[in-house]
Amino acid sequence: MTLAIVSTGLANIASVRAAFLRLGAEPALTDSARLVRDADAVVLPGVGALGPALARLRARDAEGDSLADALMARVAAGRPTLAICLGLQLLCTGSDEAPGVPALASADVHVARLDAAPSLPHFGWNEVVPTAASTLVRRGHAYFAHSYGAATAPRGFEVAWTVHGAPFVAAFEQGALLACQFHPELSGTYGAELLRRWLVRAPVAIGGARC
Amino acid sequence: MLTLRIIPCLDVDAGRVVKGVKFQGLRDAGDPVELARRYEAEGADELCLLDVSATHEARANAADTVARVRAVLGIPLTVGGGVRTLDDARRLLAAGADKVAVNSAASLRPALLTEIADTLGAQCCVLALDAARRLGVEPDNREAFEVEPNNRASFEVLTHGGRVRTGVSAVDWARRATELGAGEVLLSSVDHDGTGAGFDLALLRAVRAVTRVPLIASGGAGAGDDAARHCALAFEAGADAVLAATLFHFGGRTPDALKRELRELARASATSLPVRLGADA
Repeated sequence: MTLAIVSTGLANIASVRAAFLRLGAEPALTDSARLVRDADAVVLPGVGALGPALARLRARDAEGDSLADALMARVAAGRPTLAICLGLQLLCTGSDEAPGVPALASADVHVARLDAAPSLPHFGWNEVVPTAASTLVRRGHAYFAHSYGAATAPRGFEVAWTVHGAPFVAAFEQGALLACQFHPELSGTYGAELLRRWLVRAPVAIGGARC
Repeated sequence: MLTLRIIPCLDVDAGRVVKGVKFQGLRDAGDPVELARRYEAEGADELCLLDVSATHEARANAADTVARVRAVLGIPLTVGGGVRTLDDARRLLAAGADKVAVNSAASLRPALLTEIADTLGAQCCVLALDAARRLGVEPDNREAFEVEPNNRASFEVLTHGGRVRTGVSAVDWARRATELGAGEVLLSSVDHDGTGAGFDLALLRAVRAVTRVPLIASGGAGAGDDAARHCALAFEAGADAVLAATLFHFGGRTPDALKRELRELARASATSLPVRLGADA
């Protein structure tokens, strides 16, 4: 019954941690591949640049394990995992932001610069519209802060969309795997309710009671 | 569709909100945590916290205030005031800020913007730009004033809380700063600040013309009946967000109330002013 937030020192995780604390969860910060494999639920937050983040995730520890391998194994097994913003992009095949650098490829889509955007970075509250089969993500306004995104739907996931110049993926989900291009931890009540639904689906204790 | 943002600003000195919020007689009105909680519930899209501490000791409290606000706040938090080094930025982000606003220090050493953007991401690097009409420019001659290329030279950068006139073109600095890595510009008109006369639309248009990054307009919203109209004009001039303090502290308006007025204005004039009501969530 553990909730781990991947903390590589590159991403700002204070807001994510605070959001889970408000929900009564007790997240542990970790850069241990073993903990990421073992935790009941894992959050992969992300702000900053894709290239350095991937290099950190792929670094081997003393046991020859890496955060990248641990995360890929979790996602492949359908274990409760939440990826936020750059975290979503890390799960894709690669990005214009770091050409030629392979990402974790858990989702078979490429991430491109939002060249059709009227303003960039895409900062602010935009409407998230899930497809009918989405169960975690609901319609509403969420807070985005990014310049790159996935223009096509990854196979095997239910997708939610948003539009800034052109449509792109706002979130994708499958079971207890949830990847959000927006920041649920900064999306007020809308975001808090989404995090709560994800926690309830994952076997994580909230406020002492098992959900 | 991306909505226009309304951002209440808290000026904080030694852990308390100043600008006379206390005078309104609200319970705990001077506590940034209580105000942050209230403004989020009332529909604020983000919160800006500016540390205006006069003393070094008071400034040391800033990170603590940020942490206390972060604990209750579920919307983005921009923190500015006294950010001089990459370490200052890192410390504020670690305490719970989502973005840091850099002002005088970036004017003195522009590479600071690149350091923050490259290390912590452009999404957290906000340029706080205080601008004023150059002395001697005739503000009454609006028509001539708004004609390019006159604009470019007509506004200058002020630093150190508006006390130092640098002579540098505000428009050129905005363009250069975004090229260096600033992901957003918080553009304050020193001439219009506190006047309630509306935002400096010529300044907004001039800066909008040279950068694609989001632009936050500050200075001049006022607290009167015209506030929503002033905001609508700022959005039409190219602002993506407006920042206001007096309007929310003194004006008796909530962010949601302001947004409802904006919707009415948009309906009446058949224009588009998309906003998100916090109460819809």
